[in-house]
Amino acid sequence: MFDFSLITTNADALQAGLWLTIQLCFAGVAMGILGGGILLGFKNLVGPRFGFLYRGYITLFRGTPLLVQLYLVYYGGPYFGLDFPAEQVGIAGLAMYGAAYFAEIFRAAIEAVSPGQMEAARDLGMTPAQTLRIVIWPQMLARCMPPLVGQTVILIKESSVLSIITVPELTTIAMRIANENFAILEPYAVLALTYWSLTLVVAHVGHRIEKHFTRHLVHTT
Amino acid sequence: MFDFFVVLKHLSQLLVGLAMTFGVSITAIGLGFFLGWVICLGSVSDRRWLSRLNRGYVSFFRGTPLLVQLTLVFYALPSIGVSLPPLVAAITALTLNTAAFQAEILRAGFQMLPHGQLEAARDLGFTRWQTLRHVEVPQVFRTMLPALTNETIDIIKNSALISTVAVTELMRTAQIYASTTYRPIEFFAVAGVMYLVLTMSTARCGAWLERRLRAG
Repeated sequence: MFDFSLITTNADALQAGLWLTIQLCFAGVAMGILGGGILLGFKNLVGPRFGFLYRGYITLFRGTPLLVQLYLVYYGGPYFGLDFPAEQVGIAGLAMYGAAYFAEIFRAAIEAVSPGQMEAARDLGMTPAQTLRIVIWPQMLARCMPPLVGQTVILIKESSVLSIITVPELTTIAMRIANENFAILEPYAVLALTYWSLTLVVAHVGHRIEKHFTRHLVHTT
Repeated sequence: MFDFFVVLKHLSQLLVGLAMTFGVSITAIGLGFFLGWVICLGSVSDRRWLSRLNRGYVSFFRGTPLLVQLTLVFYALPSIGVSLPPLVAAITALTLNTAAFQAEILRAGFQMLPHGQLEAARDLGFTRWQTLRHVEVPQVFRTMLPALTNETIDIIKNSALISTVAVTELMRTAQIYASTTYRPIEFFAVAGVMYLVLTMSTARCGAWLERRLRAG
């Protein structure tokens, strides 16, 4: 009933798809984290008067489906002369979508550090740079890690949506194999299991990193 | 260069699509809420096999893309003899997906309850079922309402994916008219605005319900 030969004969294609998925996710998440930091930096730089720009970006990108954003850029972009290959649109889409979430994660983490600590650090004679490095940064990292890992897993899953704009990643390859062989169960079962393993591995590694960053904390529970 | 009049001409169809998106999402959220409770209670069960099974379910549906789950329900189920019409398949996939997320939200809510309450309820002569109904469920629901609102917003956004299995909701309607009129920017922008209105209204409703429950 389950035809394994279908998987073994298409192993190379599946592997290539998985590799592209990993690359897309890595680029998307890295640029998203960077973009989130830039967004937050921009918000703090321009002050409350232009805070609506930050809020607008967050609302827009978190309030609409990634698919709509991708379609606008992929099918609407050429009308503005922005004719990029699907892979690049995909990475940019993941990054811009992710940046909105990452920015809010960073903001929540920084705001969770009580202002009293910054005053205390200043009274102890620390420079702002020292305060950031020694006081705020470690606490921020510890608080960021769980939602950061969660968001990364979400972006990995969302990357399957890129198949709809014809990026030849894992989902696209599996669907092609399904169509060419009139076989449904095998490619899709492999597809689901691969994504499941991928997200489990990322969640596990993320948890290990989180433990590393919170090793100074005493767990009371 | 933009021609939003084209969109205006097809506005009624887009609004029908929006209603479909809303209907499908709310149905999935509602059904997923009940299934989520069942899975949540199963995953905290003392019976090892039952809790393993339920945690496996949650792990799978949270660990794989919705698009893959949708394809499995839509294309793979017929191969084992279960053939569902597109709309039913879409609602089924969304429900199975959101149930896993809601189960995890509810489980986190249960863990936040102080243990003393259960003992107090028992000492007051509450049965296990009464404790669940009158003590645990209302509190879990109230504390987890923000998370449930977020999940509703996620499902509304994710429902755009059911356009791939030929359900004529907002995204699909926008695609059809974008390609027949060669006006992708206008149609996808309007669809985006409609999604935005829907998700922002949901957030507002959630905040309103939160305030009411806190006051009452």
